[in-house]
Amino acid sequence: MGEMKKRYISLFVENRCGVLARIAGLFSGKSYNLQSLTVGETDDPTMSRMTITTISDDVTFEQIKKQLNRMVEVIKVMDYTAVPIRMKEALFIKIKGMSEAEKNEVFQVANVFRYRVVDYGKNSMIIESFHTEGKNTNIINFFKDKFGNRVEVVRGGSVAIESISIVER
Amino acid sequence: MKKITGNQLFVKALIAEGVDHIFAYPGGYAIDVFDALYKAEPDTDIEIVLPRHEQGLIHEADGYARSTGNVGVCLVTSGPGATNLVTGIATANYDSVPIVCFTGQVSLPLIGNDAFQEVDIVGCTRNIAKWVITVRDRKDLGRIIKEAFYIARTGKPGVVVVDLPKDVMATLGDDHYPEEVSIRGYKPNKNVNIRQLNRAVGMLYKAKNPLFLVGGGVKIANAHKEMRKFAEITGVPVVSTVMGIGVMPTDHPLFMGNAGMHGRYSANMAISECDVLFSIGTRFSDRITGELGAFAPNAKIIHIDIDTAAISKNVTVNVPIVGDAKIALTELVEIVKDKEPVATAGAFADRIREWNKECPLTLPASEKGVNPQKIFETANELLKDAIVVTDVGQHQMWATQFTTMESETRQFITSGGLGTMGFGIPAAIGACMGNRDTKVVCFSGDGGAQMNIQEMATAVQEETPIIICILNNQYLGMVRQMQDLFYDRRFASTCLCRRRSCQYTCKGPGPDCPPYTPDFVKLAESYGAKGIRVTNEDQIAPAFEAAMKEDKLPTIIEFMIDADRLVLPMVQSGKALDDMILEG
Repeated sequence: MGEMKKRYISLFVENRCGVLARIAGLFSGKSYNLQSLTVGETDDPTMSRMTITTISDDVTFEQIKKQLNRMVEVIKVMDYTAVPIRMKEALFIKIKGMSEAEKNEVFQVANVFRYRVVDYGKNSMIIESFHTEGKNTNIINFFKDKFGNRVEVVRGGSVAIESISIVER
Repeated sequence: MKKITGNQLFVKALIAEGVDHIFAYPGGYAIDVFDALYKAEPDTDIEIVLPRHEQGLIHEADGYARSTGNVGVCLVTSGPGATNLVTGIATANYDSVPIVCFTGQVSLPLIGNDAFQEVDIVGCTRNIAKWVITVRDRKDLGRIIKEAFYIARTGKPGVVVVDLPKDVMATLGDDHYPEEVSIRGYKPNKNVNIRQLNRAVGMLYKAKNPLFLVGGGVKIANAHKEMRKFAEITGVPVVSTVMGIGVMPTDHPLFMGNAGMHGRYSANMAISECDVLFSIGTRFSDRITGELGAFAPNAKIIHIDIDTAAISKNVTVNVPIVGDAKIALTELVEIVKDKEPVATAGAFADRIREWNKECPLTLPASEKGVNPQKIFETANELLKDAIVVTDVGQHQMWATQFTTMESETRQFITSGGLGTMGFGIPAAIGACMGNRDTKVVCFSGDGGAQMNIQEMATAVQEETPIIICILNNQYLGMVRQMQDLFYDRRFASTCLCRRRSCQYTCKGPGPDCPPYTPDFVKLAESYGAKGIRVTNEDQIAPAFEAAMKEDKLPTIIEFMIDADRLVLPMVQSGKALDDMILEG
């Protein structure tokens, strides 16, 4: 069956009502894991592009690709698991009930984790990060460790594009 | 340019698609479409069939489509009209039957308001149909109907649902119905990889125990002749799935019967012992494989299928070939046409015949009731050209075991994938409508027959002289059989005679059982049909003969069967294919 691992698909689909439901329905109906799914219009407004992250074994992943391919609304399926890609995820974290010292610390480590402080209040702040899923996970872990249930996390799911010469995933 | 309403364009589209039957049930949000059909009546040859229930309706369209190869067309209203189609959509799509369902819908501004008879039918059927779509703009209507028919009948055929909001259909617009289709995400495969075919033939010729397994895909592709030729040139024996019944004539010397859960002992042994399994048009369902790890354990597997997703889904194959069965088999015949038969094939075929002698398919003679085998044998003899339609259950499996397929017009129509009770009677009506010159015989159980019994009215009014054989054992026999074999005869909820006052521990039936309801003979008569009850074997042939005399009226023949009868052999779900229960 092969090992369970994270895999990535980039998908061109018709930009039409019900297509997202159909794709999501395939994953739930056939019990495929769906880690994240992002979707947006392309340069051609009749087409959308999805980036899908799933954890599966080889056999299931082959099935996922084939099942997607046979859908009428799917225009093209690209397996990004083993090709050079650039992949990023948007992340917001809001922290509440902060002391002055805590706020200073968040500023200080911003360079280490390469996030930005984008909003600021008397005892709260919002940071923004645009990184790979892995790096974002590290940032989230850091903030959760530090602030426990005082953090609010919003992750956007990855978007990916085939790279020209620099790979980041 | 002439402007017409969406409803008028709908009628124009049906005519352009060559539709000769539509199965249609009206309602508030479909009434305008019916009115357009009514007004167009003098200019069309479309027969509009009014069934008694939308589930019956779609099974009728299904039987019509399976038996003619044409696209079955359904038209229903919104809400309950549409949701009543759901089981039929899943049934047809599972067996790759081309059907287009048009569903009425509330007007666009009302969608989402929980309007009367509003239901998101496109959402309901998204995961069980090949394609589903709501027409949101009048200008797209023609293109969408064209695409719907194209998608339903090409590639791996299936069901398409087109939802028609009432206001869109009333809007005036272009009268153009397109002739061409171009869908960028849907290009059915018309090629086959010749190198892979050569590899497959090479493997077949090196085999010691080669075997063909044919499935429903060969039937859908209408590649019967090519398959027979390929088998005859190579001399390799053939077994089939339930859906593949009829690809090979049952009297063909190379045909070894059906394999699977209730397959022939010898056919299952052949799969278990072969060393090259050349399969065409089967998705290796769990009913054919048994325990996956023990399926064809010694064999290299070649698999031809039109659906890439069917390949290596359940069974990992050595030579995958994506393509239409007819195109592939035509090429295969071309590759082998000057070759000798596979040297070892004859010996393996003899071994399979030996297995069949060791354990032939036969039901023990009856002490009680009519022997089902006798019913099928009599039907084979008297109705050898007839189209055979079945419901789901024990009778269905006996039909797969005992029906002979020798005549050119013979077809075997059954709900193989979904196993839908209530399929038989309506599907037989549809098959009859599509084949007025051929007799249609339907086998059903007493349980399944009652799931769409209201279609008796349709059968009478549409003058379909189908012969409905109800094998009545007073139980849901297939479930009872499992309760008998694996649940220590705890007959939970399987007795169809049971009254509130009965003991739940009853191991019946016995002499004190209450009478069966309904009385199928009286029921047939009340519909204006013919009803005959058969309680002993001497009455079988005369009953068929009486039914065959009818040219308009359907006949129900009720055969009284012993409830303790089992369908054997049986491979218990999850067990290996060669681990068969052979005796009750």
